[in-house]
Amino acid sequence: MSQTPLVQALNVHKAFDQLEVLKGISLDVAPGEVVVILGPSGSGKSTFLRCINNLEDIQQGAVLVDGEQMGYRHAGQKLLKLKPDAAARQRRRIGMVFQQFNLYPHMTVLENIIEAPVGIHREPRAAAVAHARELLKRIGLAEKENSYPRQLSGGQQQRVAIARALAIRPKLMLFDEPTSALDPELVGEVLATMRDLATQGLTMIVVTHEIGFAKEAADRVVFMDGGHIIEEGPPGELLVAPKHPRTQAFLARFI
Amino acid sequence: MTLHSPSRAEAPAWQDVSAAHQPVQYGRIAAWAVVLLFLANFLWICAINANFRWPVIREFFFHPDIMRGLGFSLILTVVGMVLGTVLGLLLAVARLSNDGLAKSAAGAFIWFFRGTPLLVQLIFWFNLSTLFPHISLAIPFGPALISWETNALITPMTAAILGLALNEAAYMAEIIRGGLLSVDRGQNETASAFGMTRGRALWRIIIPQAMRSIVPPTGNELISMVKATSLVSVIAMSDLLYAAQSIYNRTFEVVPLLLVAVFWYLIITTVLNIGQGFIERYYAKSDRRLTTPQTEADL
Repeated sequence: MSQTPLVQALNVHKAFDQLEVLKGISLDVAPGEVVVILGPSGSGKSTFLRCINNLEDIQQGAVLVDGEQMGYRHAGQKLLKLKPDAAARQRRRIGMVFQQFNLYPHMTVLENIIEAPVGIHREPRAAAVAHARELLKRIGLAEKENSYPRQLSGGQQQRVAIARALAIRPKLMLFDEPTSALDPELVGEVLATMRDLATQGLTMIVVTHEIGFAKEAADRVVFMDGGHIIEEGPPGELLVAPKHPRTQAFLARFI
Repeated sequence: MTLHSPSRAEAPAWQDVSAAHQPVQYGRIAAWAVVLLFLANFLWICAINANFRWPVIREFFFHPDIMRGLGFSLILTVVGMVLGTVLGLLLAVARLSNDGLAKSAAGAFIWFFRGTPLLVQLIFWFNLSTLFPHISLAIPFGPALISWETNALITPMTAAILGLALNEAAYMAEIIRGGLLSVDRGQNETASAFGMTRGRALWRIIIPQAMRSIVPPTGNELISMVKATSLVSVIAMSDLLYAAQSIYNRTFEVVPLLLVAVFWYLIITTVLNIGQGFIERYYAKSDRRLTTPQTEADL
């Protein structure tokens, strides 16, 4: 890769108390690249995603997004941990979509989408509303702007959550198992929205169980197991002719 | 196997539940009749009982002293509750913070003010000058910058407000803390992922959702507070009860004047109950389904 990577994970180790979940993960993601992370439950893939935007702190290694070290600052020779509000500031241009949608239930769809642009990015309200309506139209939910999340189906909620993340004009989008909480017939609409984004040059890191999505939309597929990256490569190779036996065993279940 | 089109069989008219009636509930009607009869009889006995001195109650119901006392009780309730809630919110946030100092200070405050009777706290505040004749703003162990006479600061009114507000803050802190904890952890995480500061996340995301579980017990506290204000009569604060007492000390109409106070307390708490209903409905608005479903997803 000739470009400077947008995301650089360097030997990331993460443990919850005594339980080591990530045992040295290194990964570069180029601008505009769509990386899909696959792996069995408990492989650490969601945890790794949450380490990228510093929702989880790491015990060893470093994570850089757009050249900035997440969660830390340099004071001369010393590396200092950022205070929570300063750490939050680093995440302002990183969109995130959660497994449980996590829409703000007390706000309407429109209020959900403009909350960060108006409240954090200080966009004028009218501009934020116009942008939000444009996004809602793109995901096909223009008529739902005054609904509350509870009045929407799971698939609609997740699409609104995607629109909410896009509203901050993110330089990076993180998807944490976005379809795992959905009924099977609602998965398609969310994946369609995500495929649409992937073709538009947005940098995306997607943790998912949807092999089909990886096949169609990913530039690169990363297979994780037991806190390690086992294998990575273009979907045409990794998904079709995996080299490592653990990848082969994992993929065999989907055929 | 062959495919069948869905069956169109209809229920016969005598089985179709759309024509069903509720059975007449004789037992329930009888129960209502008996209870209403006893109630009417009890009210009648009270109404014709001369010992109640209804004309005295009527005479003093809107007496200027009673009205002034009622005013003070309401002011104490409102001021005590507002200060108590604001302080309670700060204490709740302090208790939930990661800061050891804030956490233990808030814990100690709540421990002390919940652990001692309100009546004793009121008497203590009122008699503060016997412990500390002067109150000064000073450098610890150093010289005083400003100094006041305690007796000039502590009037019945300030003692009453201090006592009620600080005691209420301890209880409100626990109610608010419970409310904040009731909000899904994912909400805080989402706010943080979008780059919100903790203060903003609390104010915009967590507190509005916590209100659903904070409002009902707070309504309870407010109603308790209305009645707790009657305790300030012991420090000669002229609240509703004190006004009634000072009248019956002159006229010896003890029961009628206590009834005047009782009816006023009931009127205030009834109004508060109704208000609480409105507030609860406001914070439940995001739960409401659309009145006209727009797509199958709304059904």
